[in-house]
Amino acid sequence: MSEFLDPFERMLEALSPPVTVRAIEAGEPGDTLWNGVAESGFLDALVSEERGGAGLPLAEVGALWQALGRHAAPLPVGETMIARALLADAPDGPIALATASAGGEVVVPFGRVADHVLIEKDGRLYLVVADGAPTGVFGSTALRLNPALGEPVAGAPAGGLRAIAAILRAALIAGAADRLTTMTTAYANERVQFGKPVGKQQALQQQMAVMAEDMVACRIAAQLGCAGGLPPSLVAVATAKSVTSAAAARLAATAHAVHGAIGISEEYDLQLYTRRLHEWRMADGSETYWNRLLGAARLEDAGRSVDFLREQFR
Amino acid sequence: MFDTLSLASLPDADEAIRPAIRAIADEAAAAAAADRRARSWQGYDPAFSWRLGEAGFLGLTLPKRYGGHERGPFARFVVVEELLAVGAPVAAHWIADRQSAPLILNFGNDAQREAYLPRIAKGEIFFCIGMSEPGSGSDLASVRTRAERTATGWRVNGQKIWTSGAPHCDYMIALLRTSGSAEDRHAGLSQLIIDLKAPGVTIRPIRDLSGDAHFAEVFFDNVDLPPDALIGAEGEGWKQVTAELAFERSGPERIYSSVVLLDAWIRHLQAAGRDDPATLALVGDFTARLGVLRAMSIACTARLAAGESPVTEASLVKDLGTAFEQQLPLTIGDDLAAYPDEPVDAELYRTLLYVTHVAPSFSLRGGTREILRGIIARGMGLR
Repeated sequence: MSEFLDPFERMLEALSPPVTVRAIEAGEPGDTLWNGVAESGFLDALVSEERGGAGLPLAEVGALWQALGRHAAPLPVGETMIARALLADAPDGPIALATASAGGEVVVPFGRVADHVLIEKDGRLYLVVADGAPTGVFGSTALRLNPALGEPVAGAPAGGLRAIAAILRAALIAGAADRLTTMTTAYANERVQFGKPVGKQQALQQQMAVMAEDMVACRIAAQLGCAGGLPPSLVAVATAKSVTSAAAARLAATAHAVHGAIGISEEYDLQLYTRRLHEWRMADGSETYWNRLLGAARLEDAGRSVDFLREQFR
Repeated sequence: MFDTLSLASLPDADEAIRPAIRAIADEAAAAAAADRRARSWQGYDPAFSWRLGEAGFLGLTLPKRYGGHERGPFARFVVVEELLAVGAPVAAHWIADRQSAPLILNFGNDAQREAYLPRIAKGEIFFCIGMSEPGSGSDLASVRTRAERTATGWRVNGQKIWTSGAPHCDYMIALLRTSGSAEDRHAGLSQLIIDLKAPGVTIRPIRDLSGDAHFAEVFFDNVDLPPDALIGAEGEGWKQVTAELAFERSGPERIYSSVVLLDAWIRHLQAAGRDDPATLALVGDFTARLGVLRAMSIACTARLAAGESPVTEASLVKDLGTAFEQQLPLTIGDDLAAYPDEPVDAELYRTLLYVTHVAPSFSLRGGTREILRGIIARGMGLR
């Protein structure tokens, strides 16, 4: 476990409690949270030591990204880490990520709370001001953006920006899954119906067990995605994002089923996580998007499935 | 929650074994059709087991003084993975190598270790586990088969059923009641090693729905055993069995039961030249899930290597793994039949239907899905 995880997690606990998450989602400025994270130095976690960063391996940064998911952090902290690693001269402030291969409007996660958006198009990276329209989805910090790209600021990373962003999403999902499972277990032990906690009902226990399986699978999938470092291989990204995205939908469904009506209410924290799970599932390619790419790579390989995986994940 | 299950990698020293075991596994695989190989750890071939023993691939984790090789659980993972990946016929030695040997090492006395372990490591003697009875399936603590102390040792009466490998095995390690009654539940149970050639033992093979007879009924009619048939402490049987389950449930056999079919189907798709988005997505989904399951199984192996007994973690991986193993034949069946004009060769067809028919057993053997989920729920603090 990284020595950086504990201080990072403590910082998020202090600066990103649910009340702050709601306030930023509602349009209040996130300066206190952002400045705290910026001063901590974590935004340069992926920047090489020669360039003044921490030069942490992706596997360690992946654990930080999971912590962001665990705290429903409402700002593009992970995205900014990626942007600062890719750009020699990144601007201060939050940076969101997008891929605009086809042109036209794109939905940018955290775009509404970012200063800039780093966009990949046709093998080049462009930096634009985060100026677009809100999605109209309650609580969402995403932005609809149809940018004028201007001059490129860098070449695209090997494998593409979407792949790196997808690994980040996988880690965020894994973190949120962890929190969701803990919250749901605690609720099942507290909520009494028919004279006993609902968690004592076998039907519910069976669902919760599957939830735990999905949660652990998400953690391991996110770790697999990060293990090989940057740039990630297609197989690593696809495996991580496919498994976490598919699990995200199930996890959210079970968490709500166990919580009953209270989980649907705005004032209860569950929705902070389940809304994000659905948003992150769709961001940077759903399970089917990555399954198609992974399936094509697998069918090009004449060997056995076990060898294919073993060689990819040594 | 379940924080100990975290990504781990196979150490280089253990990966270094792979080429040698691979050569043996490949040779066995080349001689068998896919529907035979799909039987894998139900495929009985004592000559192959003996050959593995001779090559040093059995008893990997045992001390050298008992004929073992003093390697860890990671080395065993590599060996088992190579054997299962091609569906080598490992049934003969499977139980002895996986759980009987660790049980005897952990709970047996020195004489018992010397009597059994070297021969297990050579692939000379095979074990089965006597747990289920006609009235005791998931409710294992209700077993009624009794062992009573006599002047010369123990006398066993009763019946076991669904005992995998019994028709071919030399010994059974049985969970028996040595005191009290079925109502005493976990108390009063002990494990005894039963020589299946002893007078009074009758074994009746049971044919399964695929025509195989790998499991059996085993009857005990006044079977006299020596005093040292008791393994471990009298009355501690339940605790010992529970420790055994971490070995039984954590291995790659809980994710690879349908992998021979998966690879046969992928070869079919390659030959047919299918590359439509739906097919690609299906192949990708299976590949991604298998990749994560493999990493989860290695994570579980890392807990064993750390000296823990990851019973809950193993249940978690097994439940997810067997769900995957069971979905494969159903989805592949739908896929192949969705292209009725695309010829399916006889070997793939037989493999598909064999796996389809036996797949329900994947979430029965070694603890049912519902029992495992109950264990996971307990680990979550819900019970």
